[in-house]
Amino acid sequence: MVDEPSLVSVSSSVSPVLPSDLLVATGLCKSFGGIRAVDHADIRVVRGSITGLIGPNGAGKTTLFNLLCNFLTPDQGRVIFDGAPISHLPPHQVALQGLLRTFQVPRVLSRLSVLENMLLAAPLQTGEKLWNIWLQPLRIRQEEQELRQRAWAILESVGLAAKANDYAGALSGGQRKLLEMARVMMHRPRMVLLDEPAAGVNPTLINQICEHIVRWNQEGVTFLIIEHNMDVVMSLCQHIWVLAEGRNLVDGPPSEVQTNPEVLRAYLGQ
Amino acid sequence: MVGYLISLGIFTATFALFSLGLNLHWGYTGLINFGHVGFLAIGSYTTILLGIAGVPLFFAVLAGVVLAMGLSFLMGIATLRLREDYLAIVTIGMAEIVRLIALNEDWLTRGGRGVYGFPLPFAHFNPNVPTKLGMIALFWGVVGVAAWQWWHWLERQYGRSRPPWLLPGYTALLVAGTLSLWAALLPLSLGGGIATFPFVLTLVTLGGAIALMSHYCRPEKAAVLAIALNTLAAALVGLVVKALTLGLWDFSYRAGLLWLLILVLALGVWQLERLIHSPWGRVLKAIREDEEVAKALGKNVFAYKMQSLLLGGAIAAVAGSFYAWQLTFINPDGFVSLITFQAWTIVVLGGAGNNMGTLLGAALFWAYTALTRFIPLDGGRLEALRMMLIGLVLILLMMWRPQGILGKKEELSLGR
Repeated sequence: MVDEPSLVSVSSSVSPVLPSDLLVATGLCKSFGGIRAVDHADIRVVRGSITGLIGPNGAGKTTLFNLLCNFLTPDQGRVIFDGAPISHLPPHQVALQGLLRTFQVPRVLSRLSVLENMLLAAPLQTGEKLWNIWLQPLRIRQEEQELRQRAWAILESVGLAAKANDYAGALSGGQRKLLEMARVMMHRPRMVLLDEPAAGVNPTLINQICEHIVRWNQEGVTFLIIEHNMDVVMSLCQHIWVLAEGRNLVDGPPSEVQTNPEVLRAYLGQ
Repeated sequence: MVGYLISLGIFTATFALFSLGLNLHWGYTGLINFGHVGFLAIGSYTTILLGIAGVPLFFAVLAGVVLAMGLSFLMGIATLRLREDYLAIVTIGMAEIVRLIALNEDWLTRGGRGVYGFPLPFAHFNPNVPTKLGMIALFWGVVGVAAWQWWHWLERQYGRSRPPWLLPGYTALLVAGTLSLWAALLPLSLGGGIATFPFVLTLVTLGGAIALMSHYCRPEKAAVLAIALNTLAAALVGLVVKALTLGLWDFSYRAGLLWLLILVLALGVWQLERLIHSPWGRVLKAIREDEEVAKALGKNVFAYKMQSLLLGGAIAAVAGSFYAWQLTFINPDGFVSLITFQAWTIVVLGGAGNNMGTLLGAALFWAYTALTRFIPLDGGRLEALRMMLIGLVLILLMMWRPQGILGKKEELSLGR
């Protein structure tokens, strides 16, 4: 059972780093007290792909996400993004490299408007530096204008334009998911880590979200997606990594992962 | 009357400035600062001690600002990486440390005996008539711009429709109300009672002004309440404006002090509003809402919190200079934690995260203090009763309008 021929053995699967890899993590470990949440996990995401990360509840997927973008510091292991190690960078620097994330439970800035949520996300704005408010007021105004246009365009593309001036906190659960993704796109990311984009969302909206992801992917954004909805994972992802008890179980194309007995056992228990 | 109103004006404006710093910390950045008085103390002591040493007052104030920023920097390094409750604990400790140093380092601060006889701005200033007129004109210019902005803000927030005679009508009633209030209070300051006819006139005109505006505002209780309190505050400000105009003409150093303070306050509010509505201010508000999101979007949360802490501390230090100049005598008892919580009262009363609310809160707070002075009780009991009453007011406010007088109700009902 273990030696399915088409599935590459995990320990050798992520080295060396190829030019086609955008994100490579090797040997990531994280313990909380006596619990090893992530135990020598590896992952590789090819440029321009939509890659899936699945596993039963408590497998350590979200912890792995946090390790990838340094919201948590790994005990061991390293992360290489676009050929350069990023494990030593603080989280906001990781984001500025173009590696963005969303949260499992969507986090919107409630008392800011939807539009302000979007404007905030643009990186390295002139007006974010305190002294520039006095030194370069004209440039700031011009930048704001451009950002506004781009924010409107993105909001329109995800169908939130009508809500632009509402408080973000007044949005429904599904709209918050959309806003969170739209907000990340405002940053012009190279890669996005999506934590359960379809969780708690009605089927129609799931389809819309999938369409948006495919569209953004065609525009050049690489995705790594945690998702429990297998239909979504199987239809979107070109490659899937399976995590169980903090370790890599298998990885491969959806068709193979789906039928892999180990995966079934991890999910169903035996 | 003139002297009393000018003193009241100085206190109000000093606390408004002081609370604006706290509003930047708490209202806009979400930093829980329970030690704001520490910055005030540093500003006060630095300014007056350097003043005694012969340093020009402008540079003495500047030095106070720099030192206060140094203190906030230390506080920030120690706590900003931790959860917010730790900041609250450390700030309250820091402020106490500053006060205890002032109390015990006798060689520097003369300890509990306090410092007095320090140089004051405008103390030996005898302006000629053109200078006086110039000062009055500048002051009226600031008042005019502020009134115009205030009117627009009021209308934007609460307005519904505006017939062309609304502004002149409201202004006329407000001015009439202010002038008759002045006439009503004048005998009181000379040791008599309130003059009855002008007082009735005041009630009629101000009531008319409120009714007029309420008729054309959004049909909500909150809007009417805000308009009523704004109108009352405007009448009080009007009294101070008249007093300062008279005071500048018969020049006294206190009038000069209030004049300077109002210019500084106006500059402060203007620039703060500009900062808050910039992308920089947007990041601060994002940090207040959820700093993990700000971090995930590439904002250096620590740096922004630090900037907010430094700027708010600097504002409080400037307020500290005026605080000392107004009192002309300071000792460490003037910098107890109570002062911090008075600023919190002002910010919460007006509505956190709203500079207009902070100004209104300061006016109402000092109007409250001035009015309760007439309760016939001896000093200690009066102080205790005042504290109880303001506590009661805050409790009632939290029950009925937890978002503050000018806060927006819908913001409270928002989920995370």
